[in-house]
Amino acid sequence: MSWNVVIGMEIHVQPRTRTKMFCGCAVGQLGDPPNSNVCEICLGMPGVLPVINKAAVEACLKTALALKCEIPIHTKFDRKNYMYPDLPKGYQISQYDLPMSVNGFLEVGGRKVRIRRVHLEEDTGKLIHAGDKLNKAWESFVDLNRAGVPLMEIVSEPDIRGADEARDYAQELRTLLRTIGASEAEMEKGQLRCEPNISIRRYDSDDLGVKTELKNINSFRALHRAIEFEIKRQIQVVESGGTVVQETRGWSESEQRTFSQRSKEFAEDYRYFPEPDLPPLQLDRAWIEDLRRELPELPGSRRARLVAQYGLPVADAALIAADRDLADLFEAAAKTSGDNKRTANWVIGEVAPSGRLPSPIHLAEIVTLVGTGKITRDQGREVLAESMRDGASPAEIVATRGLSQVSDPAAVRATVEAVLADNPKAVSDYRAGRVRVIDFLAAQIIKRAPQVDRALANELLKELLR
Amino acid sequence: MSELTELTISEAARLLRLHSISAGELVTAHVKRIEDIDPLVRAYLRFTPELWEKQADEADQKLSRGEGGPLTGIPVAVKDVLCVKGVETTAGSRILRGFKPPYTGTAVGRLFEAGAVMLGVTNCDEFAMGSSTENSGYFPTHNPWDLDRVPGGSSGGSAAAVAAGEAMISLGTDTGGSIRQPAAVCGVVGMKPTYGRVSRYGLIAFASSLDQIGPFARSVEDASLVLEAMAGYDPLDATSAERPNDVRRDFDKGVKGMRLGVPYEYTQVEGMERGVADAVDVAIKTLEKAGAEIVEVNLPHTDYGLAAYYIIAPAECSSNLARFDGVKYGMSVQDVDNITEMYMRTRREGFGTEVRRRIMLGTYALSSGYYDAYYLKAQKVRTLIKRDFDDAFSKCDAIVSATSPVVAFPLGSRTENPLSMYLCDVLTLGGNLAGLPGISVPCGMSQGLPVGLQVLAPQWREDVALRVARAYEAASGVRAEVPSPRSPQGRG
Repeated sequence: MSWNVVIGMEIHVQPRTRTKMFCGCAVGQLGDPPNSNVCEICLGMPGVLPVINKAAVEACLKTALALKCEIPIHTKFDRKNYMYPDLPKGYQISQYDLPMSVNGFLEVGGRKVRIRRVHLEEDTGKLIHAGDKLNKAWESFVDLNRAGVPLMEIVSEPDIRGADEARDYAQELRTLLRTIGASEAEMEKGQLRCEPNISIRRYDSDDLGVKTELKNINSFRALHRAIEFEIKRQIQVVESGGTVVQETRGWSESEQRTFSQRSKEFAEDYRYFPEPDLPPLQLDRAWIEDLRRELPELPGSRRARLVAQYGLPVADAALIAADRDLADLFEAAAKTSGDNKRTANWVIGEVAPSGRLPSPIHLAEIVTLVGTGKITRDQGREVLAESMRDGASPAEIVATRGLSQVSDPAAVRATVEAVLADNPKAVSDYRAGRVRVIDFLAAQIIKRAPQVDRALANELLKELLR
Repeated sequence: MSELTELTISEAARLLRLHSISAGELVTAHVKRIEDIDPLVRAYLRFTPELWEKQADEADQKLSRGEGGPLTGIPVAVKDVLCVKGVETTAGSRILRGFKPPYTGTAVGRLFEAGAVMLGVTNCDEFAMGSSTENSGYFPTHNPWDLDRVPGGSSGGSAAAVAAGEAMISLGTDTGGSIRQPAAVCGVVGMKPTYGRVSRYGLIAFASSLDQIGPFARSVEDASLVLEAMAGYDPLDATSAERPNDVRRDFDKGVKGMRLGVPYEYTQVEGMERGVADAVDVAIKTLEKAGAEIVEVNLPHTDYGLAAYYIIAPAECSSNLARFDGVKYGMSVQDVDNITEMYMRTRREGFGTEVRRRIMLGTYALSSGYYDAYYLKAQKVRTLIKRDFDDAFSKCDAIVSATSPVVAFPLGSRTENPLSMYLCDVLTLGGNLAGLPGISVPCGMSQGLPVGLQVLAPQWREDVALRVARAYEAASGVRAEVPSPRSPQGRG
């Protein structure tokens, strides 16, 4: 039997802010000592009150605008009530029926995934148990460093059709968030957390199946694998005559499988009601228009423009547009060097893996130096590395290190002749038909004279062997 | 010099400025009074000798340099719901026993900055839920006018302390009448400001959308000075307003030419005592003689106010009190098998009956399937009540009425019937639902017990409420007196 897969994604993203959602505590970093970024407010002491972090609202609005969401005139915060030791107030401040934004979309591989809402809330703390689960632990510790850290919740419609698309969606979202500066969106640091809702249905049916929600996903690879596993599991359950149970399932990285965490058959009653400590927000429309105007070019349209304007292959354009800094570098360097394809190759092959950024003028210089045969490709790499390290200009580096390619035909011919004279056996082998020996001879030439113009040397080698 | 405990702020401030007395002496006089009388009244839960010594010392240094303002050296008592750094603050509840806040709330902090000297923490109904202070997790407070009667509530300790001369001023909180009603039945001035006038930061929340901090004093002027010192925007409270601090504008201008509205419905409430109604009628006539025009106004949704209040306040409290779970501070029952049992036993043993009743009411009202019928409908009623007041204020400058329909009632007489207790707030809680400023000022006696006149004004018009109250005080000559309670029979 054939099955269609239906996936909706809930993604929690930590916006780039200095301080927490409702107090002045630093958001801190992974590995900070427990309870070191806390104050009476995020500890939920009696008598404290929340105050909204404007930077978090701004990041949320930028995200909403980049996702083409509508931003309603009125928005408010609500309390989601439940008791758990990692939730110091006994309620989480979130947004219920009037979220900050609704009805957007994100294009993933040419398809639109609709965005239902993007809203703001606060993170909870963390429990560390000595023992098994909370109810069985003989001792539990509460770390409230994360409590009150701002989170944007980005909820998609169930428009995603498989594990590949789910991963692409999450990656596209990450690229978008980084491009607009709304979040670092580092999955490994917990700044972007994916919770896919998955169900299957017969390919000829419109009825949605029972969904399961996956948690504990720490990388894009894990996201892909967890969804693949879950799809297979659900198909197996249904095809063997069973029914899928509505539940939350965790992904086990060590076992590479999902396991049941919590049944959702009896929906918990969170008793949402408007947060009385925070007056409803009426967002300044002029501010929103300013934010809209200040948005940089988004990855999707930049990708298309890199293809159209610079003639880059789609794959190259995608790699470059995924990182705003790389894309800016590419465009500036390509304009100077005038060689789009080679500039793209240098950006993708050399700059991106280095994790550093050269000045566009220097990169353009190197592209030109190598392109015109002034220096070899290997030398170009060295010059780039040094230039990124010291900020020195490639021309200077080439001059001071005496790097420059030997392309004088007489000099190259002398080198080739010397190599042939040193390797009579190879020469006779070649002439006897073992043509692959030519690679050995070419290597000997580079060994003897690393700066030799390789194209010219190869040409002469063939000529002299004839 | 026992009269030191009967002074008003302006009288004391004059003596302090002239160096006729020192802040230290003023404190000593109050401590002496407390020693004499608090074993009978039981207004205080705790005393803060370290604070009063340090603060009185600082006040005297300032005064000796000719510095300081009207509150420098003035002894103040603080209700047990206002956090003071390092001072055990328990909201009158056993569940917070031993809790010492790591910070001082904004309102108290501003009084300290103005030079006030803290004497101690006053008793109240647990989490400010009640109208008699009998719901205190510790002990009831007695009315200084008759020790067999309640001081009102929930800020009964603060009202009784000022009434009995155990503090010159005190702070309370008012969610449905918890400042005005005890002020009325203890014969002192008590004021609830406009919602948003005084920062709630540091106030252990009962119902966040209704709570306000306000002063008790023995004169309208004293109340206005304390309010002025606390009022104003606080970046730590998003519901506090950025407005000019004009609460004392035109304070002594009188009521000539003002229009005062008497709500017909407020004269008809269930359980209104004849003696109270008569005293209030006389007071209104006094205001008329002083030049005010008296008009009848209507607040047609008054009957629904109590019901709406007893949905909204418990709903908010059910959420606000969720943090008392035994995990972080206060009481924690430890001989348990799991976390759920810890929650349940800590909360069952830590909270009193009335608090548990309201948590259950509120939890129910917010539950899915009931939210629309209760919470949402109550919010709609709240809007209607606000509209009633808007309409009334289009016909008058301020509203005058009784504060409490009854005088102080005997201890234990209403504890068995929560509804009869809730009815004590019927004339005050409208002001909370509408966010209005209101003041209660003593207006004579009934059955030998004090009666209070309530003045309600439009939002942000504390100046109007204070001006009317001051005009009444001046015209009537009625002054908050300090009674001399004697040990009643059968008590030692």
